[in-house]
Amino acid sequence: MALKQRSVLPGFGLTLGYSLLYLSLIVLIPLAGLLAKTTSLTWVQFWNTVSDPRVVASYKLTFGMSLMAAIINAVFGFLVAWMLVRDQLPGKKLIDAIVDLPFALPTAVSGIALTTLYAPNGWLGRWLEPMGIKTAFSPLGVLIALTFIGLPFVVRTLQPALEELEAESEEAAASLGANRWQTFRYVILPAIMPALLTGFALSFARALGEYGSVVFISGNMPMKTEITTLLIVTKLEQYDTAGATAIAVVMLVASFVILFAINALQWWTSRGYLKATS
Amino acid sequence: MSLEVQHVSKTFGNYQALRDVNLKIEDGELITLLGPSGSGKTTLLRIMAGLEEPDRNPDTKILFHGEDVATQGVGERQVGFVFQHYALFRHMSVLENVAFGLKVRPRAERPSKSEIHERAMKLLKLVQLDGFAGRYPVQLSGGQRQRVALARALAIEPKVLLLDEPFGALDAKVRQGLRDWLRRLHDEIHVTTVLVTHDQEEALEVADRVVVMNKATVEQVGSPEEVFHHPSSEFVMDFLGRTNVFHARIANGQAWLNDMPLEMPAGMSGKTNAAHIYVRPHELDIERIASGQPALPASVARINPAGAIAKIGLVGTDGAEIQVDLPLERFETLRLKLGETVYVSPRKMRVFAPEPEYAI
Repeated sequence: MALKQRSVLPGFGLTLGYSLLYLSLIVLIPLAGLLAKTTSLTWVQFWNTVSDPRVVASYKLTFGMSLMAAIINAVFGFLVAWMLVRDQLPGKKLIDAIVDLPFALPTAVSGIALTTLYAPNGWLGRWLEPMGIKTAFSPLGVLIALTFIGLPFVVRTLQPALEELEAESEEAAASLGANRWQTFRYVILPAIMPALLTGFALSFARALGEYGSVVFISGNMPMKTEITTLLIVTKLEQYDTAGATAIAVVMLVASFVILFAINALQWWTSRGYLKATS
Repeated sequence: MSLEVQHVSKTFGNYQALRDVNLKIEDGELITLLGPSGSGKTTLLRIMAGLEEPDRNPDTKILFHGEDVATQGVGERQVGFVFQHYALFRHMSVLENVAFGLKVRPRAERPSKSEIHERAMKLLKLVQLDGFAGRYPVQLSGGQRQRVALARALAIEPKVLLLDEPFGALDAKVRQGLRDWLRRLHDEIHVTTVLVTHDQEEALEVADRVVVMNKATVEQVGSPEEVFHHPSSEFVMDFLGRTNVFHARIANGQAWLNDMPLEMPAGMSGKTNAAHIYVRPHELDIERIASGQPALPASVARINPAGAIAKIGLVGTDGAEIQVDLPLERFETLRLKLGETVYVSPRKMRVFAPEPEYAI
């Protein structure tokens, strides 16, 4: 009976059915297929594949750099979003459009562009190299690429949250004697925390799956600058489909766990005022 | 703490929000700044608070108890500011909201955790919300939110309390209740209070003194009785309550309203040849038959006896509408009918020379 509850919006049954079907076709069935494919491996084979030192090194690089890129994006993406929402400056619309560029560029194009810039003889690389900072063909290069592609996610999720902030609550905090840091720490940050975490999670998730922009700048040195997605592609090129899916499953589970944790954190930071409205 | 502003002006771009405003508020007074939107009342309040800076001028002074605070920021002035839309911190509970001002104090001046809690609870009791400490702002009604905002402002033991249209977003019944409550609260704690409102009824009911503002300047300052009964200008007369305006001619030292001769009011110079006569609806009387006294004929167009008084709408011979408020007893003895002709006579009137901009 509970499902038969009348709603003012028509077509509930139809849209629910459609959503489930669509989700199944696009998301669930391919994932199930992925899991099914790995069953062609025995447990021992599976374990040997996914715990190969070269693969483990790639996990560390991928997750480590993705996490760092997401943290960098959370901080600097916040600054960009703040400027776009709060400051009145000429050319703001242009900057606003540029933010989307990493979104829109084919990742291979970003990869080539970044490599050209940061290669030892590139525009930036030639200045950084003598200072002992190796960017392209090093883990730092991976970080640069992942930061580049993740930025729009933080900016775009934070913008509406910042626009929604009432300037009055900041004035109220100031009138109550809070200094700027306290106003930021206790009034602004908690209000935008859920959006910031969403942006962080999106940026992190995007970085985990990134391939195109990284493979050029990283140099793909085994044990050093190989990302996990590259290993999957390598295995596929060697017709080791089962091995590739085994690594993919590890990525899938790890991503799922991390996103779930971020979601839980998001729920926890918005307890109270959001929970109360639902 | 007394509060005084001297020679305060404020321009936003080309728009002049305040023009050389001077005002002195005594210690412990409850003052209302009353005016239509755009009159500059909120800007004046925000300048008092330090949320807005007045235009630079060596004569400009903002004095708290005789001390110039013009260079101090909003945090240093120790003012309690209450916003129209409450501006509560949504992610904090009611108790955390009230405690905020104490929590952010520098370590040396900050009370202990238990004392902060105790003081916040005491304030919640004062605003009759001690049972709501753990709730979040979204779980409260508008009136309750505004009381939380007030408790939060009081927590810092403000020298002055500044309220910006605090009841503007609430419905009429709640507004009336909160207004009475605020007046009682003020009598209890005696903190110098400035309240901005565009609601003349609210201003007259709650204040010790009313400051009527119009077009970036102060039009009149006085007790509610003074500004209501002895308005200094047409604007004040018109803004404080409903009015009937009659256009009179002046000729031969006599004012004429249509063919009705009126006594030339004292203070009117013979220089003008026109006058505006203001009469409040309750100062008009209706007679069935012309009694020989000066009176205007008019026909009854609307009757609304639903209320403490009967509101009668008349149409004069010149087509102008005349509003009359009759006591219900008088209304019942008269038994007016729509369309019939009656005679209206003012018991009291105020005559103003037309302001220059209206003069021909």
